[in-house]
Amino acid sequence: MGGDLLTVEALAAGYGPVPVLHDVDLRVPTGTIAAVIGANGAGKTTLLRTLSGMLRPTAGRILLDGRDLRGTPVEQLVRRGMAHVPEGRGVIGELTVEENLRLGALWRRDRTAAGHALDEVYQLFEPLARRRRHLGHQLSGGERQMLALGRALVGRPRLLLLDEPSLGLAPRVVAQTMALLRRLRDDTGLTVLLVEQNVRSALAVADQGIVMSLGRVALAAPAARLRDDADLRHAYLGF
Amino acid sequence: MDRFLFLTLDGLSRGAVYAAFALALVLIWRAGRIVNFAQGAMAVAAAYVAYSVTAATGSYWLGFGAALLAGLLLGAVVDIAVMRLVDHRSPLNPVIVALGLVLLIQAVLGMVYGNEYLPAQTPFSRTALTVGGTAVLSPYDLFVFATVGVVGAALVWVFTRTAIGLRMRAAAFAPEVSRLLGVNVGGMLTLGWALASGVGALAAMLVIPTELGLHPHAMDLVFVSAFTAAVLGGLDSPPGAVVGGLGVGLLLSYVSGYAGGDLIPLAVLALLLTVLLLRPGGLFAPVTARRV
Amino acid sequence: MSATRAAAPQARHAAADSARPGRSLPTVVRHLAVAAGVALLVLLVSYQLDSFRNFQLATVAAYLCATAGLTVLTGLCGQLSLGHGALMATGAYTLALVQNAFAERGLTAGGWLIVSLVVAVLATVVVGAVVGVAAARLRGPYLAGLTLAVAVVVPALTVTFDGVFNGEQGLAVPVAPAPAGLGSYFPHERWQLWVAAAATLSCLVLLANLVRSRYGRAFRAVRDDEVAARLAGIHVARTQVVAFVVSAASAGLGGALLAVLAQSVSPGAFGLTLSLFLLMAVVIGGLGRLAGAAWGAVLLVALPDLTHSLTNLFTLSPAAAQRLEGNLPLAIFGATLIVVMIAAPGGVQGLLSRLTRALRARWPVGRS
Ligand SMILES: Nc1ncnc2c1ncn2[C@@H]1O[C@H](COP(=O)(O)OP(=O)(O)O)[C@@H](O)[C@H]1O
Ligand SMILES: [Mg+2]
Repeated sequence: MGGDLLTVEALAAGYGPVPVLHDVDLRVPTGTIAAVIGANGAGKTTLLRTLSGMLRPTAGRILLDGRDLRGTPVEQLVRRGMAHVPEGRGVIGELTVEENLRLGALWRRDRTAAGHALDEVYQLFEPLARRRRHLGHQLSGGERQMLALGRALVGRPRLLLLDEPSLGLAPRVVAQTMALLRRLRDDTGLTVLLVEQNVRSALAVADQGIVMSLGRVALAAPAARLRDDADLRHAYLGF
Repeated sequence: MDRFLFLTLDGLSRGAVYAAFALALVLIWRAGRIVNFAQGAMAVAAAYVAYSVTAATGSYWLGFGAALLAGLLLGAVVDIAVMRLVDHRSPLNPVIVALGLVLLIQAVLGMVYGNEYLPAQTPFSRTALTVGGTAVLSPYDLFVFATVGVVGAALVWVFTRTAIGLRMRAAAFAPEVSRLLGVNVGGMLTLGWALASGVGALAAMLVIPTELGLHPHAMDLVFVSAFTAAVLGGLDSPPGAVVGGLGVGLLLSYVSGYAGGDLIPLAVLALLLTVLLLRPGGLFAPVTARRV
Repeated sequence: MSATRAAAPQARHAAADSARPGRSLPTVVRHLAVAAGVALLVLLVSYQLDSFRNFQLATVAAYLCATAGLTVLTGLCGQLSLGHGALMATGAYTLALVQNAFAERGLTAGGWLIVSLVVAVLATVVVGAVVGVAAARLRGPYLAGLTLAVAVVVPALTVTFDGVFNGEQGLAVPVAPAPAGLGSYFPHERWQLWVAAAATLSCLVLLANLVRSRYGRAFRAVRDDEVAARLAGIHVARTQVVAFVVSAASAGLGGALLAVLAQSVSPGAFGLTLSLFLLMAVVIGGLGRLAGAAWGAVLLVALPDLTHSLTNLFTLSPAAAQRLEGNLPLAIFGATLIVVMIAAPGGVQGLLSRLTRALRARWPVGRS
């Protein structure tokens, strides 16, 4: 494990004149899972949107593998190894499962590697393989989740940004997703920034917990401490 | 009966052109939620380029190629230099800007080429061949069918079978997600404008020789007819545009054959009004009274 | 033009006043007073200007009816119409037909012109109601497409029914000369200006009052948010039809006045280009402001005149000069429309308001 894959320093961002994020600092070491937790409206989605370039920061720096991302257009970030699965997952309903997946790998020059990545995703998520020709909007919630994750994975990202993957899913599916993330981290060294409202399941897989409140990082601590220290949990998470 | 057959075939040939033009409208509508009201003027501009090239080289085909190229370029330029800069939050804005383009393009054409009708050539005879004593199709009609057919098939192939087509569809349906997946959404939109404008130029090349000739306003009524066709088929549906185009072509051919060519404008207006009031979502949309 | 410019700040206060029902009378009185002032001004100016300028000013007045009507529709009620050139054609041709019918029956006295103008407006109201009912059901590009079709098709109908409208040739419009009481050397153009100004001022007073009335507020509510307007108890479709009809009536009057001024009508004058011109005029003037409509109307007359002077500066072959003169104003209009929409969507009047607001902020004395 070499250093931090993602470093954020004094980041501020917002929508037009409305500031949302203030002075956000965080570090995500390579090959770890960081869970960003916090109440509704705390700015978690805004943080991810700023990291992936959809919102322009008003101050601060974002470093991926030590390189400043300033001025990098959104569509270039996949080429730098960053994949963002947005809130609501962003499966394109008008395209088939296969087309959605192919889209995730289109930017890759190496067509054979991209083809292999596609096959791997079909092995990982068998229901998708059976529904290749179905349109995105014909899928169930769980299948969409698989498709969104799979589409991010065919790009072989180093950093995966996930915005509330468990939203609206059955507990069994949430558990499977978390187990998958853990496996990807352990097997491939994937780094994950996981935004979750489902604090327990997020902390169960995460290495680090980052608590956001009113657009600021209120606490960043090892996940184990957040899990085990009742006082800390009480103070920051309210349970 | 002979006359009916003739009018039907003639209508289909005319309709093929409307279909192509309507298809161009649908392409831009799907890509950017803009009805390109400047498409007629842009297509005429491309046809004037063909006129100049043909006059200089004596070759119809060089002119034809030049028109397609000019159409593609003009579409890209209009997107990059104009449409991208427009604030799209009010849907009125792009419409008004497109109309400004109409004024500008038609005026520039008038300044360069004058406001008289110029003769437009056809590469094949427009005299109908007779089969068993019945006038059916002219070689030019066959050329029209073949060209529109080839272009339509090429578009279908590009959009459904190629990576660039997949990118273009994705960018149109979900621009933000597409950017996250590495698609250059702005570039895809420009490409969409270029393709649509190229198809529009092609339609202009095919239809202008069958009407009064080349004139800055030559495509005004064609635009209205093609818009009617696009609405008839549903602005979101490429197959709908083709069906709508053929339908409008047939209707106008029957009107002009049985009631007189002077009534064509009125027939277009009546048809558009009827469609908008009865089926605003197009013939293939669900019947729910959708507010458009 | 100066009338509406002066009226704008007052109107802003009046808006607050008329919110209270008991105070609505002063608005009418104020508008009438301004109109009387402008009428006096026009009267004085008409003696200072030569015949050609009088004629041009009369043309501005005619266009102003149409641009003001379009402003009410597009700027205040949020409905785009590309068909106002066709509505002007309706007014113009109706006036021509009625005037000709009067002339055939020997009714050549000047007073009959008023009847013809009224009939022209009524005919346009009918056409406007038909289009307006359809328009109220349509939005965005669908509405634009329908009105565009109207703009393209209606002028073509003069050829379809050339038995009535005499095709591309058009119709002559017999108009009585200035009343003998004004003296035998009274220039016809000055009389034309008087007629046009009187009609336009009446039209503007009516529109200005409408804008400040319950209906005006309904227009703006519908423009800003249809759903909210409906929840507030406004009948959206009916409001939109009213706006369209009012707007059409104004355009019809403008067209009829153009016919009176030119003493002829032909389809060439009312093509798609005219409709686009009108739209351009209200956009450049500033969407939603009656004062902007005045700027637009002035531009419509002044810009062709300017380009005419401009082309005269160069020695061009007659053919080239003709091409340039006919098309340069259109090119400038088109380019201006694009630039204004991109750079200053508030138009000329929007820039002026911003300027005056900035000035007032620096010298707050004028603020009550
Ligand atoms: N598109 C937007 N425009 C303006 N404000 C927004 C927008 N999206 C979110 N916000 C505001 O930003 C704040 C943070 O929102 P968000 O990042 O979505 O929070 P979270 O994902 O933690 O629930 C909220 O106060 C929200 O109202
Ligand atoms: Mg969120």
